[in-house]
Amino acid sequence: MIKQYKEQSSTAPQDAFEYERLENVHPAGWRNPRPADRYSLVVVGAGTAGLVAAHAAAALGAKVALIERHLLGGDCLNVGCVPSKAIIRTARLYADMRDAKQYGARVPGDIRVDFPAVMQRMRGIRARISRADSVRRLSEAGVDVFFGQACFAGTDALTVDGAKLRFNKALIATGARPNTPSIPGLIEAGYLTNENVFDQTELPRRLLVVGGGPLGCELAQAFCRFGAKTIIVQSWPLFLPREERDAAQLLSDAFARDGIEVRLNTRAVNVRVENGEKLVDLISDDFKSTVAVDAILTGTGRLPNVEDLNLEAAGVEFDLEEGIRVNDFLQTSNRRIYAAGDVCLQHKFTHTADASARIVVRNALFLGRQRMSALTIPWCTYTDPAIAHVGLYVREARERDIPVKTFTIPMHDVDRAIADDEETGFVKIHVKEGTDRILGATIVARHAGEMINEITLAMVAGIGLRTLARVIHAYPTQAEAIKKAADAYNRTRLTPTIQWLLRRWLTWWSPYRQASAGEMSATDKSETEPHA
Amino acid sequence: MNSEQSVNEQTPEVIQTSIVRDEALLDPLEHAAFGYFLEAVNPVNGLIADTSRENSPASIGVVGFALSAYPIAVERGWMARADAVDRTLTTLRFFCASEQSESPEATGYKGFYYHFLDMHSGARVWRSELSMIDTALLVAGMLTAGRYFTAKTPEENELRALVETLYLRIDWRWSQGGAKTIRMGWKPESGFLNYGWDGYSEAILLYVLALGSPSHPIAGGCECFEAWTATYQWENLYGYDFLYAGPLFIHQFSHAWIDFRGIRDRFMREKRCDYFENSRRATEVQREYARRNPHGFVGYDENCWGLTACDGPSNQLPELANERHRLFGYAARGVPYGPDDGTLGGWAALASLPFAPASALCAARTMLDRYPEMLSAQRYTSSINPTLAAADGRAWVSAGHFGLDQGIVVMMIENHRTQLIWRLMRDCPYVGTGLRRAGFRGGWMDRLRLSRNQL
Repeated sequence: MIKQYKEQSSTAPQDAFEYERLENVHPAGWRNPRPADRYSLVVVGAGTAGLVAAHAAAALGAKVALIERHLLGGDCLNVGCVPSKAIIRTARLYADMRDAKQYGARVPGDIRVDFPAVMQRMRGIRARISRADSVRRLSEAGVDVFFGQACFAGTDALTVDGAKLRFNKALIATGARPNTPSIPGLIEAGYLTNENVFDQTELPRRLLVVGGGPLGCELAQAFCRFGAKTIIVQSWPLFLPREERDAAQLLSDAFARDGIEVRLNTRAVNVRVENGEKLVDLISDDFKSTVAVDAILTGTGRLPNVEDLNLEAAGVEFDLEEGIRVNDFLQTSNRRIYAAGDVCLQHKFTHTADASARIVVRNALFLGRQRMSALTIPWCTYTDPAIAHVGLYVREARERDIPVKTFTIPMHDVDRAIADDEETGFVKIHVKEGTDRILGATIVARHAGEMINEITLAMVAGIGLRTLARVIHAYPTQAEAIKKAADAYNRTRLTPTIQWLLRRWLTWWSPYRQASAGEMSATDKSETEPHA
Repeated sequence: MNSEQSVNEQTPEVIQTSIVRDEALLDPLEHAAFGYFLEAVNPVNGLIADTSRENSPASIGVVGFALSAYPIAVERGWMARADAVDRTLTTLRFFCASEQSESPEATGYKGFYYHFLDMHSGARVWRSELSMIDTALLVAGMLTAGRYFTAKTPEENELRALVETLYLRIDWRWSQGGAKTIRMGWKPESGFLNYGWDGYSEAILLYVLALGSPSHPIAGGCECFEAWTATYQWENLYGYDFLYAGPLFIHQFSHAWIDFRGIRDRFMREKRCDYFENSRRATEVQREYARRNPHGFVGYDENCWGLTACDGPSNQLPELANERHRLFGYAARGVPYGPDDGTLGGWAALASLPFAPASALCAARTMLDRYPEMLSAQRYTSSINPTLAAADGRAWVSAGHFGLDQGIVVMMIENHRTQLIWRLMRDCPYVGTGLRRAGFRGGWMDRLRLSRNQL
């Protein structure tokens, strides 16, 4: 594994969008401010966790310094969620254009992918969103922003760009970086990661994606839809091994429809360059093969950025692969210093980084005792269909000896999904058997990321399926699948005993009602007639 | 009220007429399916071809079905007992004498066998894997033969001794590869396959046989079985609560040998269900899916279904290369998430006969009436695809016959008619022990124990 952090300079076209973004997230000619005598909070790393913590602490009146060695906004803004979602949108449009016939529309005559235009749109969106993370906004909020490598100089101080910053509390939010697989010849041949794939100006004709994680899957599908002949190889025998099998199966089928070749149980063992193309040797059990591609994208996990910080001087324990060790309150082995986001968390998502940063602000500055383990964290892989999950998987529940039952609604039972021709997928809500308490849920649908929020809300608020069944959902919407699952739960409450009681009630009640109605019609017929 | 209940409310005369009518349908289908084993056998070693297609190798799973079918044929008068004993002995002698080693050309290793064997030499072909599940199907057939041929003749004595030897030499513990659960396969070139058994499947038979062995049972006993069942998913789908698995054959194969009516392991006790009832519900889920027919394929309705592992049309066939929708060839088709390309295994609908007789018979009649081309030589082909109808309106039909399909048809029809295989295997001590070790109890297991205690 390659463990050294490598600062990579962008090779993206330096257009007006890039100029705007860089002016926002790392302005040329920026001069670090003179440090205050002591800060209430020093934040190291200005990705999602760092920015959220700095803004929140400053808004609450704390004296805050924020240190970033590269770009404000971190991976999410610059090389992660934002650019990937922007290009996924265009990729979906191309897929819809090709499938226009199934929506009752004509297929456009000349569908040609303009890859530079795709990337230019992405840069425009990235520049616009970068305004929210700009150094100007931070300064206006009262945050002292320092660019440079932070290095701890003791348990309550660190240095940056030659200046010494003293702190009451510190937050390490330095994030993570791609974990490059150790394949002989890969580095020499050149490869893409999330850190440089968005700088591309030409679509590779043939793309090999090594690793079937969320990022690998999202980008593989997007590039395939742009026209790249795409192969995914992953060493695991199961596609998306952590997800529910049906979710993985549906996505695997969708990939096959798109033309992506998924090779499971397969390892890339060597890379070499011949006649300008990259030849990658693959091995699956006893079967060996070689594929020729123009680009290789790796998406095999992430490593925490813990080097170069001199954490030993601060008394902060860490592991090169697991990251900074924190307790449930996100406190490190130095009680003054906390950590948040990818550098210490198993779930490396932007929203988890955000939530963990808020916990740190409360715990570090306001004597809070909020626990990370108390959070309910959803996540979503933004493929088409998307896969979203929250809470426990069935396997996890059963491992904890919790009896679990799943209410499943295929999207082909949802009117809006049928109308939208987006029937691939399902809503599966897991409850504790015999109760309506939601343990978790998995949604596979084109808009699964939007739909999972309702389940997350229900779980956080302690709302069960009985209450969800009483929530009127606008018709027709795809989220109605959740209501249908709740209705399915309600139907299971109709045990034979309850059904017998209901029948008895109706047997008794109906003649009584008829008799009453007869009396009414005799006394006040004129009033009842219009309603008949 | 479901269709199975409505049958119970018919008058005795109607029921008698219905039985005669059902027999007239089932007997020829069962007989024709059995005929496959007579046509596809190599009489020298007893191996049975995987399919009737040219140059097909033998499949050990199909041999297991054949060994189970010979007793049925004897009972039905389709085969002389001596002939059945002779065929069974030939098969058992071959496996007993075949090479068991790490050699890539051997027939087996550690008591297990390669999935596909050369029809003549019995050596491994197609670089196939040493298959745990197919060995289980094979040895289940052997044990069935051992329970049926109980006469004190030299031939049948030898037959039973060979069955014991072959079952007892299987090293089930080795097949775990150090893991909690049984691995799916092993290859001499690369060792155990990475795949384990995940989620409910036909492997319940495999676990019962592996737990019941007095010589090399799997390590961990019930814990091993429960490690597998930990991957189960109990779902409410289309209004039915059931242990989910998509393809129909999963709900059928273990039931060909084991009578799961009324016996429950820990999981089923918790759910107040049993695997037999579960298969009935899975059948109803198939009907519900076909009624919805989300992809709009031709023919699907509540009496035309059967999504299972089967052959099917493929885009790689020259005549189908321009077909717009994806075609999956041989695949484990399932509901409700597919894969589904409009291909149905008619035999799979009929093989649900023991669980849901009214639904299965209705489907069998409807499908045969609509698509008589799904039979050739009175025998089910692997599948049809009515969506890919030819100009004459006939559905696309899979060429030839597949041995597994014929085997499950013979056994499930027979279990429906006489419960012969279930009765034989209920008395098999290894199956009883395996079930007990897996945590099963209740139903016929309790009655059997009670009657033995009284003796």
